[in-house]
Amino acid sequence: MATKISRVALAKRLAADIPEGAYVNLGIGAPTLVADHIPEGRQIILHTENGMLGMGEAPEADQVDPDLINAGKQAVTAQPGAAFFHHADSFGMMRGGHLDVCVLGAFEVSQAGDLANWSTGAPGAIPAIGGAMDLAIGAKDVYVMTDLLTKDGQPKLVAECSYPLTGVRCVSRVYTDHAIFQVTPHGFAVTERFGDTTHAELESLTGLTLIDATGAAA
Amino acid sequence: MIDKVVPDIAKALSGIGDGSCIMIGGFGRAGQPVDLIDALIDSGVGDLTIVNNNAGNGDVGLARLIGLGRVRKIICSFPRQADSWHFDEKYRAGEIELEIVPQGNLAERIRAAGAGIGAFFTPTGVGTEIAAGKEQRTIDGKEYILEYPIHADFALIQAFRGDQLGNLVYRRTARNFGPIMATAAKVTIAQVDEVVEVGALDPEAIVTPGLFVDRVVPVGYRPWLDETGAFIGGVDVNGEPLTTEGEDA
Repeated sequence: MATKISRVALAKRLAADIPEGAYVNLGIGAPTLVADHIPEGRQIILHTENGMLGMGEAPEADQVDPDLINAGKQAVTAQPGAAFFHHADSFGMMRGGHLDVCVLGAFEVSQAGDLANWSTGAPGAIPAIGGAMDLAIGAKDVYVMTDLLTKDGQPKLVAECSYPLTGVRCVSRVYTDHAIFQVTPHGFAVTERFGDTTHAELESLTGLTLIDATGAAA
Repeated sequence: MIDKVVPDIAKALSGIGDGSCIMIGGFGRAGQPVDLIDALIDSGVGDLTIVNNNAGNGDVGLARLIGLGRVRKIICSFPRQADSWHFDEKYRAGEIELEIVPQGNLAERIRAAGAGIGAFFTPTGVGTEIAAGKEQRTIDGKEYILEYPIHADFALIQAFRGDQLGNLVYRRTARNFGPIMATAAKVTIAQVDEVVEVGALDPEAIVTPGLFVDRVVPVGYRPWLDETGAFIGGVDVNGEPLTTEGEDA
């Protein structure tokens, strides 16, 4: 049986790959967990697209400042050295390629690196994009953090996305509860498997031909 | 002598009529000019086109304006939220038109309007539904789509402090759309916590120069700040007082 790792363990594993000094945007949802697991002593600067660099952790209940929130509209704090700016500057930081890493959730990622994460295309659904499309194309490295399978057991890594796209050829790496996948010109390369998950199991779960890169130097 | 301060909030909104296009600042509750929106509702105008990041939260402010059927069209990036029931109802009933724009394109279209840019090529949205029908161009090997500026008749924004010349400073992430919306409307109306003497704002720290602002409306302090503007806490993220222990929620 394939062994999965927990959401928290995955956040910790992803955090370990964020380099010292990186400017990082963590998407709403599971990716925000990464902030709690940055290795001791490593300095990274968090960007929140509503207009701050140097975002800190959640405040104590009696220290909630309604003027100080993150992109998920949750109360946050500002670290020493934080900076505030308006929306056009904030999205210029993304679009201009000034952010090092962005971590996003996904409905689907294609083997070409296309991302679908803003709409299931369900009829009658009210569309909502927010910053998803800007984030997808905006950072030097776009990491997706997600379960490998949906709740119904369908793989989120696909040959081609069936949901409406957020961005084209934008994802560099996918961190899942089963394994880590690098997007390459020849499809997904498995760089690390978790637990006793085998390469054959990953191919069976995704229905894709995967490159085994676990032997390669990290 | 220039004095842009208009203490009477109803007078500050003069000129806004049926069919106006109005930018409203704010990201969620932060930076939302709630007093100006309430006065806009009281004025009775309708058939409005509204530009905002969202489409209202809960039953107040922009949500109430929508709920009352005053908004014909909304241009925004993220209408659907857990508490956007007024918009959801109007949208499903076909009573409100929606132009959905990725957040960064929304910001840049507003910025472009204020900066006199005729249109711009952006990589955001290439290869997605958003690109449908838009001019696309390859520049230095990279794909872009053409986006046009968004101009407005009025901008309603919230700032922290202002002076008689219309100079503004903001507070933390409440800055969000304020500085760019101020540049993109024919008439910009800013509600501020406090009007200070000309010269009291540090010229190095002014975020919106007064040239972009037409009317400044002082609305008083907020409960989580003391008289010097220092944070004293005791409220939730919506600015509501924290429930005291033993009190019924």
